[in-house]
Formats: sequence, structure tokens, C-alpha cells
Amino acid sequence: MKFNIIGKRYWWFLLSALIMVPGLISLAFQGFNLGIDFTGGTLLDLRFSKAVTVAEVRDVLHQYNLEGSTIQLATGADTGSSSDVFIRTKVLDESERVTVLSGFQEKLGAFDVLRVEKVGATIGSELTRQAVIALVISWVLMIIYITYRFEFTFAVSAIAALVHDIIVVLGLFSLLQREIDASFVAAILTIVGYSINDTIVIFDRVRENLKTHRKSESFQELVNRSIWQTMTRSIYTVLTVLFCAIALYYFGGETTKNFALALIIGFTSGAYSSIFNASPIWVTWKEWQERRRLQPKAKGAN
Amino acid sequence: MRWGNLAKFLVPVIAILVVFGLYASPLAYSIKQGLDLQGGTHVVMEAVDTPEAKVDEDAIQRAVQIMERRVNSLGLTEPIIQRQGDRRIIIELPGVKDAEGAIAIIGKTALLEFKDEAGNTVMTGNDLTDAKERLDQNHSGAVVDITFSDQGGKKFADLTAKNVGKRIAIVLDNEMLTNPTVQEAIPSGKAQITGSRSLDEAHNLAILLRSGSLPVKLNIIETRTVGPTLGQDSKEKSEIAFLISIVAIVVFMLLFYRMSGLVANIALVLYVLVLLFCMKMLNATLTLPGIAGIILSMGMAVDANVLIFERFKEEYRAGKTLRAAMDAGFSRAFNTIIDSHLTTLIAAAVLFFLGSGTIKGFAITLGVGTILSLFTAITITRSLMKALMNANIFKSGKIFGA
Repeated sequence: MKFNIIGKRYWWFLLSALIMVPGLISLAFQGFNLGIDFTGGTLLDLRFSKAVTVAEVRDVLHQYNLEGSTIQLATGADTGSSSDVFIRTKVLDESERVTVLSGFQEKLGAFDVLRVEKVGATIGSELTRQAVIALVISWVLMIIYITYRFEFTFAVSAIAALVHDIIVVLGLFSLLQREIDASFVAAILTIVGYSINDTIVIFDRVRENLKTHRKSESFQELVNRSIWQTMTRSIYTVLTVLFCAIALYYFGGETTKNFALALIIGFTSGAYSSIFNASPIWVTWKEWQERRRLQPKAKGAN
Repeated sequence: MRWGNLAKFLVPVIAILVVFGLYASPLAYSIKQGLDLQGGTHVVMEAVDTPEAKVDEDAIQRAVQIMERRVNSLGLTEPIIQRQGDRRIIIELPGVKDAEGAIAIIGKTALLEFKDEAGNTVMTGNDLTDAKERLDQNHSGAVVDITFSDQGGKKFADLTAKNVGKRIAIVLDNEMLTNPTVQEAIPSGKAQITGSRSLDEAHNLAILLRSGSLPVKLNIIETRTVGPTLGQDSKEKSEIAFLISIVAIVVFMLLFYRMSGLVANIALVLYVLVLLFCMKMLNATLTLPGIAGIILSMGMAVDANVLIFERFKEEYRAGKTLRAAMDAGFSRAFNTIIDSHLTTLIAAAVLFFLGSGTIKGFAITLGVGTILSLFTAITITRSLMKALMNANIFKSGKIFGA
């Protein structure tokens, strides 16, 4: 028999906990690095004709009492100066923004506008609400679908693995303090839609094997067999999708970088949790059901 | 070897590759590009209640018309003005050069008020129907002629009648434009504002007065401007990411599934082609997240083939003939494929209905892609595999990756 994945299930649960707990602690204590899509604010992404330093930029912002803003130089700039600057301030209205921009032109020379965005605070809170609603709706729909196609125990195990994936992604983004914007919500939902695939493929095999399974074979053995029958597929598929997400991360546009990173983490976690969490949870549940079913009988025999 | 069946395989394969080589790129470029790719400005305005004017359907409709006039004055090729919900107006200005200037014109509140000496607002820009500048010889300068609506004319007659000898103020956005003394009651429904220093100044005042008749207060709650440099950069980078992804998948499939992998790759190429065609037909807008959706969906598209081929390998190793194993692979993997695709589709649908802006673009490519890949990965792959196996060139399972 191949390596017994289900038999070691408590080790896998422990490993998942070890990954999730630091993330959850980080979430509780330092929270997210929320972008203006959520908090509201103004974002200025400028490319100056000559390299500038953070101090120079902060000096200019100081004149407008905006020195507390987030200032970042383009990634990969080790020298302390760069021509690409990314600034995040509180919400500036149109005239304030024009004043600040002309201040930059005056003090630091000409620049090219890469991106300028303003998001009002109301829009930000709407996005948060929509994200939560979207997540809940997608989970409910998937529970319904899987319950309809399989059974309720499968659905709950699959969703548990999904919750695991979401916690891993949220936790890592909090730990790394990566910025979270509207596309992050899309990434989370894509992870939800995609990583449940892996779980379903395994469950499909479990269901198929259940039809032909011998009484002598335990749930553990059956699920273990199903996992190994689908293992190559699980690995290959996550690889093809990871190629794409990694290509997007390294070669894609600047604005989809964090989106791609969320996908890379989520897909990897999804492949892991389908094999090492969803199926073991289902087995644990089934065994518990089985014990409960047998107990009264045992009593009756006495 | 059977030539007829070989032709059944080779002809569609060559046709797909030729069409892809010739049309994929022009097709992709003919799809409408979002503001994040071509550069431009996206503005969301929200109507708010004020003591003078409550937001209602009629007010919003008129506000949209005024916005259309303002946007048209910018002379852009394909601006979009649309309503969102009850109180919002979305304006898209592709390729706008002076984004800040354009936002200033759109966002001008231009709340015009006529106030009596006590500072009470008696009339607003709503009561105005027209304003035009002209050079007036008598006043040795430029003047603006204003015409009031019927109701406005009555209000103005009343205002002037009550205030003969006193001053009234014409205030725009809390800034006093002029502060004339009323000489006599003006019942004609027409009036003149003097005191502009030049015809240009009078012209600008006239524009403000005309568009100042916004029926409600509109706040700009969101603006997003993408400069042409970043747009171009995003486009180039997306192309590279796309090419690398497709090459990686093609090589991977060839390495692990050989001839079967080749067939899956042909289906993948067709998939990309059909997806682009569908987006063109749906008149969808290609955004940066949308391209990310296309790239990701390629990885997912081959998933169905991986499922089928893995099943085929199992059946073949269990002792079935090549053809029987392939048939079994297709039929037994089918349920799994449907189940796994439907869950992705659920996520895409939720994103489509709840997401906004560019996220919708991602949801569309992901959703349409998921449906299309069902077709290409199952139907196309199946008929090509059949033709290839019937051609009887390759008799060992190894060649098919088993």
C-alpha cells in the first residue's frame, strides 16, 4: 500500500494549524495593509523625469500637511532613489490634488502620470461589504451544489478546506503586509472556485469507489486509495495553473502583481488542503457517524 | 496506416494552427480595451440631497444629460456616460490627455443662486434656460444675456419688484459673480449680467451659467486615471505573461502526454481563439484583470484534458485497448469535469453580479472561458483523438502518454 495519507491525518491538521495560527495572530494584531479601494483615499503613481528620494517627496507633501502619507519607490530600487514613486494619502478633493501635483512639478521637476486614483470613503466600505457578501453567497451556492451532487458531509468537508485556504491567504497577506485592493477580492473568489475543483475530483473518485467497495475495506483505506488514484492529476493541474499565476506575477503588469501572488498562495494551499484536509475531515466525520450508528446496537446486544 | 483518418486529423489541426497564426493577434487587438490598458479616466459621481433639491429620477436624468453635454465638449472619441443604481453616474473618458482639466469640467458644481439683500436664496440655476455672451456697445464691454424659464421668469419678476433700489447678488459656487442694483422690476423673463472684462470671460461665464443648472448637487466620489505610459506597459507585460504561460503549458503537456498532449495543445490554441472571438462578439471590454482571467483559464482549460488522459492511462494499464481506454477515459472523466467546472462557474457568476468595473471583466473572461473550455477540451479533443487513433500510425500506449 502506498503512503498512508489518511492515517497521518492529525499531523496534517497540525501542519495546517501551524500555517494558519501565525497568520491569524498577525490578522488580530496588525491587520491588513488596506489599499484605498477599502479605506478611501488618494493614490498618486508618478514617474519623474529624474530619480527622487523618499525624503524629497515627503518634503513636498509636508507643505500640504500630508507628510504622514505612505510613500514607496518602485520595486527593485536599492539605491534609495527612483523615478517611479507611489504615494497614498487621505482623500484629496479635486482642487487639493491639482495643487499637490503642481507642487511636485515645481519642486521635483516634470513627471508622467502613471496612475492617479481617488476613492471616497463610502465606496471603500461598500467594497468590504460586497466582498463579504460575495464570499458567503459563493460558499452557500457551493454547499448546495455539492450537497445536491454528493452529500452534505462532502460539502461541509470541502468548504472547511476552502476556509482553510482563505485563512492561509489572508494570514500571509497580513504577515507580509502586502497591499489589498479590489482585485484581491477577485483573487479570493477565484481561489474559492478553483481549489474546490481539486476537492471535487477526489470526492468524485471516493464516490465512485464507494459503489464498488468491499465491506472489508475501511473508509480510511478507500479514501487513501482514491487520493492516490487522483494524485498525478492533482499535481499536474495545480502545476499548469501555477505556471500561469507565476508568469503573471513575474512578467505581468504592476497592478496585477498582488493579485497573482494571492493566486499562487491560494492555489498551492488549495491543492494541499484538498488532499490533506478535505478528505481526512470527511473520513473523520464518516467514522464518527459509523460509531454512533453502531453504538446503540452494541448496547442492545448487552 | 489509413490515409483518410490521418487527413481527418491533420486537416483540422493545420487549419486551427494557420487561423491562430494569422488571426489571433489582430483579433485580440480588435477587442475594445479598458481604461487600464489604453489609458484614460474613470469618474463616479453621486447625487446628494440638499435643502434646495432632493434627488429624484427626473433630476438624475437631467443631470445625465448635462454631463453628456459637458463630456461632449471635451471632444473625445468614445466617452461613456451611464447610470449606476439610483444616484450614481459613471463617466469614462478613454484617451483623455488632460485628465485633471477634464475632471474639473465634469465636476464643476456650478450651483448658481440669486440672493436678495438679506442673503436668502430666491432662485437657482434651475430657473435658467439659456445664457449667451455678446459684445454690448452701450455698456462698452461684454455682457451675458440670460433667459429664464416660465417659472423662473415669474420668480425673477417678483424678486426685482420687491427689491427696487436694493442690490441682489448672483452667486456661483458661493462666489459672487455680480452684485447689481435693481433699477426696476423686470417681468420679461430676460436679464443681462454686465461687468465681464472680455468676451472670453463672458463666454466662460455663459457656459457656467448654462451648465450651472444642475438640478441636484453631484459629488465626485471616485476617480481613476491611468496614464498612457502605464497602459502601454501593462499591455506589453500582459502579452509576455500570456506567451510564457501558453508555452509553459504546451511544453508541459507534450512532455507528460506526448501525442495526447499535442492534441490537448491544439484544443488549447482553438480555445484561446474562440474565447477571443466570443469576447469580440459579446462586445466585451478587455481589462488587465480580464487578461489575467484569460491566462488563468488556459491553465484550467487543460485541466479537463489532464483528467481525461489520467483516466485513459489507468484504463489502458488495466488492460483495455487504446481506443477502448480512450473512450472510457472520456466517459468516466465527464462527470468529474462537469462538477469541477460548475463550481468555478459559480464563483465567476457571483463575481460578475457583485463585482464592479474591472472585476466584472475578469468574471466575464473566467466564466466564458470555463464554458468554452468544456467544449474544446471534450468535443474537439475527442474527435481529434479518435481520428488519430483510427489512423493507426501509433500503436503503442507510450506514444499517447500511457
